[in-house]
Amino acid sequence: MLSRTARSLFWLGRHVERADFIARLMEAAYRFEALPQPDPNSGWRSAVASSGTGGLFDEYGIVANRDTVTHFLSLDADNPSSIRSCLDKARFDARVVRTALTRETFETLNQSWIELQSRIRHVDRPIDIQMLIERVKQEVRNFEGAIWRTLVRSENFWFIRLGVVIERADNTARLLDVKYHTLLPEGEDVGGALDQAQWTAVLRSVSAVTAYRHIYRQNLKPWLIADLLLLKEEIPRSLCHCMDVASEYLHDLRAQHSRVGPADRLARRMSDKLKTTTIEEVYDSGLHQFLQDFISENNRLSNEIAEQFSF
Amino acid sequence: MRGSDGNVREAYQKLESWLSDMPVDELERRHAAAELAFRRLGITFAVYGEEDADEKIIPFDVIPRIVTNDEFAGIEEGVVQRIEALNQFLTDIYGPREILKAGIIPPELVLANPQFQPVMTRIKPPGGIYSHISGIDMVRTKDGFFVLEDNLRTPSGVAYMLENREAMLRLFPSLFQDHRVRPVETYIDHLQDMMREVAPSGIRGEPLGVVLTPGAFNSAYYEHSFLADRLGIELVEGTDLFAEDRFIYMRTTEGPQRVDVIYRRIDDDFLDPLAFRPDSILGVAGLMDAYEAGNVTVVNAPGTGVADDKAIYSYVPEIVRFYSGKDATLDNVETWRCREPDALKYTLDNLHELVVKRVDASGGYGMLIGPQATKAELEEFRARLRDDPEGYIAQPTLSLSTCPTVSGKNVCERHVDLRAFAVSSPEETRVVPGGLTRVALKEGSLVVNSSQGGGTKDSWVLA
Repeated sequence: MLSRTARSLFWLGRHVERADFIARLMEAAYRFEALPQPDPNSGWRSAVASSGTGGLFDEYGIVANRDTVTHFLSLDADNPSSIRSCLDKARFDARVVRTALTRETFETLNQSWIELQSRIRHVDRPIDIQMLIERVKQEVRNFEGAIWRTLVRSENFWFIRLGVVIERADNTARLLDVKYHTLLPEGEDVGGALDQAQWTAVLRSVSAVTAYRHIYRQNLKPWLIADLLLLKEEIPRSLCHCMDVASEYLHDLRAQHSRVGPADRLARRMSDKLKTTTIEEVYDSGLHQFLQDFISENNRLSNEIAEQFSF
Repeated sequence: MRGSDGNVREAYQKLESWLSDMPVDELERRHAAAELAFRRLGITFAVYGEEDADEKIIPFDVIPRIVTNDEFAGIEEGVVQRIEALNQFLTDIYGPREILKAGIIPPELVLANPQFQPVMTRIKPPGGIYSHISGIDMVRTKDGFFVLEDNLRTPSGVAYMLENREAMLRLFPSLFQDHRVRPVETYIDHLQDMMREVAPSGIRGEPLGVVLTPGAFNSAYYEHSFLADRLGIELVEGTDLFAEDRFIYMRTTEGPQRVDVIYRRIDDDFLDPLAFRPDSILGVAGLMDAYEAGNVTVVNAPGTGVADDKAIYSYVPEIVRFYSGKDATLDNVETWRCREPDALKYTLDNLHELVVKRVDASGGYGMLIGPQATKAELEEFRARLRDDPEGYIAQPTLSLSTCPTVSGKNVCERHVDLRAFAVSSPEETRVVPGGLTRVALKEGSLVVNSSQGGGTKDSWVLA
């Protein structure tokens, strides 16, 4: 496979996943806003922070509220992580590598892009953001479905999926990091009813409320939420799960190339570490530090993959 | 569809009765379905110089154009003869230049032509084939088919030919039961065979071919990716390739891989910054050197464009006669070369009845259609012709054949042309039984170019 094709597939996976995450972040912010609280804008501020584009937003020098943040995260063409930018880039890469995709895969992505374009073009009609969020989540599911159901299990599939899981792990870590100060160590209560409700919203935004109840069969406990999203292998958004499958896809690629590279070794090490670490150890070293370390290691993994496959 | 007597031609009779049975809104509905499908699949093209222009689809008309097998046999014979002569012409002008010595063509038209590539005098393409892939544009008048233009520099449109057929098979399967339509899918096999046959000699195993594209921003990008996909080969950009020790390699996830045949969809000027335009970032530095060493084959060969230039076009009948000793079976549309004083006088005297084209333009840009031009436009062209007669040719306004075409809620007659596609290797030149019919969507319009609002139709050659 062309190295450039591998790069496009990888980033296609990342951008589609990021679009989904941004949609979910906004969904959570809408829920925060609906809760009785002293500062109705705090949820919007944390949504921007979790998206990893807080620095850019600060440069705008505007107040973070529903209007500014929803625009910034959904349609702002200058924000490289807005839903619009993500879909633009994903669609561009899909066009570049369309021969590596099935018709179904390309069609789904192209369709969502066309839909967003036509919404943007009709400036006279206000865009229903909540509807947009629903559509994006739905389109991303369609895209994933098309990949799972139609793509041959070969390099094409593995590179897209690698991009997806690495982006997903990054997103989960950022989501947790922004709320880390409220995730208190065992024995201490969540900061009251509001925090409880906020955490429900966060968990719901990653579709993990029910999973939490099934696994722990108790009230929301901060360290258990961290345990769930960091270390539970069976949760598809957990860091542990993402690193496990990343390492698996790299293994599949290696089987094809018979070359072990630095990316393989790093993914294996990260996955092994997450499987053996306990939540107590995470808190001992500090949750914030743990997440920061993970984000930078995950970043390194992304670079090592690019290096190993020369893109 | 109708003969000059006004009656429906025999080949169209079943289609005509099918059309008259089809409620117009049903036709319109299927028409819309076809366009939606094209857009979803991203079968799009871009028009240069238009704001917001990326992502247009070429309008597709659901009523097919029919060519009888006899008509096609004539086209096939003429196209093969023409392309073989043009390949001999190219071998000659980059070699002994017999045709110039014989005084058939003014030497400056060839040697001072911007498409003439001096570097090609040192390089002999395998088997003497320069134009591997050719598209011959024809129009039909009451006297039969005539060639309007040769396209030997990476002609486009085959993707539309193949996708239009796909669309028709999905939309109107029953029509194909009533008509025995010859398949066009063979084009891909011809292309595959050709790429194998022109590969450099001495390769162990299957030669590795690639399609070289300028990238996703190019107006014909869809076609490039479509072709690579159908051929089962990589679609590469210049940056994916590099030269080393006079061989060409592509960068892959498994390391460098040697490339043997490059089907390039970028212009000569951009192919190799070391040989042509030094500022090109689309090409591959060292490509021409590897080509000269015989280690890679470039399809179509650089320098082929000199043979499809509009100034050379008017000499093609003479070219055919010179190399084959026979008259061209497929004639040109009558053409006045304004560089010749008599022709210029005729053109100036009859401007309001003629079509005038610049010899170095394409795509329907920079032309004058006499009967539809205003006084001011005529005067402007008169001045331009006097200024630079060598830059123009003139042709009569033809009464082109028409074909029924969906227009809003009606079915109307619209002018059509036909681009036939041929693939040439040292073994043979093969013409696809079909082609791309372009249709002028505006009433009375004679301009069918997609960049000027033309559409396409599926083209049927009946067995």
